[in-house]
Amino acid sequence: MFAYILKRILYAVPILIGVNLITFMLFFMVNSPDDMARAQLGAKQVTPQMIEAWKVDKGYDKPLFLNEKAEGLQQITDTLFVQESLKLFSFDFGYSDANRNIGAEIKTRMGPSLAIALPTFMIALITNISLALLMVLFRGSVLDTSMMIVAVMIMSISGLFYIIAGQVLFSKMWHWVPISGYLSGWEGVKFIILPVLIGVFAGIGSGVRWYRSIFLEQINQDYVRTARAKGLSELKVLFGHVLRNGMLPILTGVVVVIPTLFMGSLIMESFFGIPGLGSYTIDAINAQDFGIVKAMVFLGSVLYIVGLILTDISYTLFDPRVKL
Amino acid sequence: MDIMYKLMLTTLFMSVLSVTLHAGVWNNPHNSQEVAKETLFAAFTTPPKRLDPVISYNANEWAIIGQIYEPPLQYNYLKRPYVLEPLTLTKMPEITYLDKEGKSVGENDPAVVFSEYRLLLRSDIKYQNHPAFVKDEKGNLLYGNLSAEGLEKIHNLKDFKKSATRTLTALDYAYAIKRMAVRDNHSPILDAMSEYIIGLKVFSENISKIAREKKEKREALDLQAYTIEGVKVLDTYTLSIKIHGKYPQFLFWLSMNFFAPVPWEADLFYQQEGLISKNLTLNWFPVGTGAYYLAENDPSREMVLRANLNFHEEVYPDLTEEERKGANIAKEMLEDAGKKLPFVKEVIYSLEKESIPLWNKFLQGYYDASGISSEAFDQAVQISSTGTMGLSGELKEKNIVLKGAVQPSIFYMAFNMEDPVVGGYSVSAKKLRQAISIAQNEEEYISIFMNERGIAAQGPIPPGIFGYEEGEKGTDTVVYDWKNGKRVRKSLEVAKKLLAEAGYPNGISSKTGKQLKLHYDATATGPDDRALMDWRREQFAKLGIQLVIRSTDYNRFQHKVRKAKVQLFSWGWDADYPDPENFLFLLYGGNAVVNTQGAGINSSNYQNPKFDALFDEIKTMQNTPERKEKIEEMLKIAREDAPWVWGFHPKSLTLSQQWFKNVLPNAMANNTLKYKRIDAKLRVEKQKAWNQPLILPLILLFLFILVSGYLLHKIYQNRQRSVIRKED
Repeated sequence: MFAYILKRILYAVPILIGVNLITFMLFFMVNSPDDMARAQLGAKQVTPQMIEAWKVDKGYDKPLFLNEKAEGLQQITDTLFVQESLKLFSFDFGYSDANRNIGAEIKTRMGPSLAIALPTFMIALITNISLALLMVLFRGSVLDTSMMIVAVMIMSISGLFYIIAGQVLFSKMWHWVPISGYLSGWEGVKFIILPVLIGVFAGIGSGVRWYRSIFLEQINQDYVRTARAKGLSELKVLFGHVLRNGMLPILTGVVVVIPTLFMGSLIMESFFGIPGLGSYTIDAINAQDFGIVKAMVFLGSVLYIVGLILTDISYTLFDPRVKL
Repeated sequence: MDIMYKLMLTTLFMSVLSVTLHAGVWNNPHNSQEVAKETLFAAFTTPPKRLDPVISYNANEWAIIGQIYEPPLQYNYLKRPYVLEPLTLTKMPEITYLDKEGKSVGENDPAVVFSEYRLLLRSDIKYQNHPAFVKDEKGNLLYGNLSAEGLEKIHNLKDFKKSATRTLTALDYAYAIKRMAVRDNHSPILDAMSEYIIGLKVFSENISKIAREKKEKREALDLQAYTIEGVKVLDTYTLSIKIHGKYPQFLFWLSMNFFAPVPWEADLFYQQEGLISKNLTLNWFPVGTGAYYLAENDPSREMVLRANLNFHEEVYPDLTEEERKGANIAKEMLEDAGKKLPFVKEVIYSLEKESIPLWNKFLQGYYDASGISSEAFDQAVQISSTGTMGLSGELKEKNIVLKGAVQPSIFYMAFNMEDPVVGGYSVSAKKLRQAISIAQNEEEYISIFMNERGIAAQGPIPPGIFGYEEGEKGTDTVVYDWKNGKRVRKSLEVAKKLLAEAGYPNGISSKTGKQLKLHYDATATGPDDRALMDWRREQFAKLGIQLVIRSTDYNRFQHKVRKAKVQLFSWGWDADYPDPENFLFLLYGGNAVVNTQGAGINSSNYQNPKFDALFDEIKTMQNTPERKEKIEEMLKIAREDAPWVWGFHPKSLTLSQQWFKNVLPNAMANNTLKYKRIDAKLRVEKQKAWNQPLILPLILLFLFILVSGYLLHKIYQNRQRSVIRKED
């Protein structure tokens, strides 16, 4: 297994270089270093000297991919892409254009992102699986059909609608929870109830349908018939056999998501005033802060790759037939 | 059945009981103890990027650092028009005019080559308590050279066990100007000030090199050892700043954060690498003498200002009856006159990126003040048939107070004067621009897109600034007629006549026989902008002109304007200071982008020698009738040339809760928090009354879950039984 993991990590290097290359190309296609300087220095009183000084200070005076003024290998190495990429691969995220240590900022913001993402993920997983099992239990009945219709309706409506409707209903009209805000620790529970509920509800439609299809595939298998033939109740069949055998495809979709939970939710964090990594990324894009954008894209890619490796490892744990 | 019934009843009873026992407010986003104190709750929509006084140039940043740093001067909170007064000085700066030999001459003497500003500081001003000021027994800074071990436990300024203060001196103001000169500090006004402060340019070049060398060697830069020729510390409390020529606007700059004092101890303290890596920097944790200090700084969530215990003696201002009436100030605004400042002991700013949560929290009483977003406008404001604005029923019931003021800003549509079609100074070119100016119905624009929050501009100078005239005298006679005591936009027939005289009858070129096609550059890329762009096209279509919209992102738009590769575009300007020079320089030929390699602020490239000559005269004049006369002449020239469609001056509307006192819009002052007062008792009362939780839906929800569970259980049991029966 160790050799496999090592191989996967080595495969990740060219992927990350590719992701980085695309990030650099896309970002600088839209924003020039001059534009970035203007965005940081403000629209008033900006002179060419100020822009030049800012670029030198931040290292944006270097060419992007090819330094024609340099010689030999330095033509490649003395460029913005190589210099910045090398730092990223050593997990040195450097400083944002507003002179903040990005690594320290990421550490601080991971907590709030997880405070929302983790309970949402856990509750959604349990709720979706439970509802899917319920639908499978009553498959073919009016209840099953009604739940399917509701699920399609839920997934057809924009998440933004649930956020606004939830805020209006639970906070503005019924005064149950604060509309937005965040506090760490137990004091903050009242702030995360609403975003978590909305996150869970908004994901029910697609989640339930997906898990239902997984369980329906299992329910017609021979082992289920055997279990029934043994005289097991339908509930025992579902929880004892169908759920266990359905875990493998569920794991495929779930484990890969776990590491990316750190990255937070872009819209949810923005609307609920959660100081997480999702809003951090959005703010950086709006402020044309390349330091943060490249760090977050890189981190997102690394976490996704970690998720894929974890998924492979988890296969071996749940299915003894799989060997890495 | 019995068990389920009992379970339902128990749950219902428990929910009602818990709700009854907890009959407080559930949705309060703030700490209930803070609500009962003299704490102000406010929101910010954009996190500040910089809190360094020599760098910050944004209103959202000034809203914070304006309360912490104290430049030498401030704007009187109540007086209108805006008046400067000493803040940390004993009196207004003494200005001496000097000839090239350095001899004192009269203000209006043509021999004036330099002006010397002498600033005499108060001796009773102290900084906030801060670890940077703590000294050991030998007199060295205790935390000036932190070891790796010492830094381990430091994550916040609170982690330093000791803090101290010291008296403000003239050295601190000189130090701040030296920090401004370091190029890598990126002060936005360095180049502008280098033109005025003697020796600043040379000093900046030298110190910037030294700063880079020190940075490479990872050494701290102590600016105490360096001096600027024109900035002299005459004694502990006296500073002299010598500038080139006459520049009366320099006083306004002295009221801005760029000239706020920076203690050398703080600068050295924050240069320690260990602190920088933990994001503990001067850019993030200011050290000032103001009414407040930044106690907590998490711009991603909350920023907390607390009253500075060392704040110097300052009282709420007073006005004479004549001044009060002249400035249109309500009597209740003077109730606190003579009382010691500040009133509010703590200010909690929370980040609210979205307008909906912000607005709803304000309505729930959880924010003490709010602006009005366009989404909430109809809910908040009613406009009568006479055009008067008033609050809607819901807000009136809550005794919310609406205050509005026209901002010292302008949003205009500019013609690129270098463009061969719309630019130039020929009679036909002028007539074309005049015709377009008349056709652009700004009143309609304000009504449709601004919810009446603005007034149509008659020139570049907004109300409240010297040179602005009300009534007939201030009317742009090229675009308006004065009829029955009112401004009336000239008819479309007049515009069409002008257009025909310009060589485009009904929008058709007499030379080519083709329809006139103009290009309008805009940043309108979203679907929301479609209505606006359609309206803009319609204004030109009224004259038979085809308008082609070229929408780009803001970066590309700026680039095009700087390269003068535009024909028509819209832009705006906010006043730096309340002087007509700060608006008229937008039309000064020397500032045209084509003359300044894109750096100038005259983006329409308007260059009229007569206008420029008058500008050169008025920019150094005091506000005298002679200056006013010359400004009127300049306005006449500009209106005739019509380089801009004058657009509008926006009106800001603010709402404040009934318990929030001494609220007065002041577009110039940034340090106004110290004047505000909170009636915390009333706030607690109202918040409780407005936010009682509605329990019925909660009970219904519980019942629904229980009934559903029960029914599902029954259905499942029946199904199981039926299977068994079938099998039987």
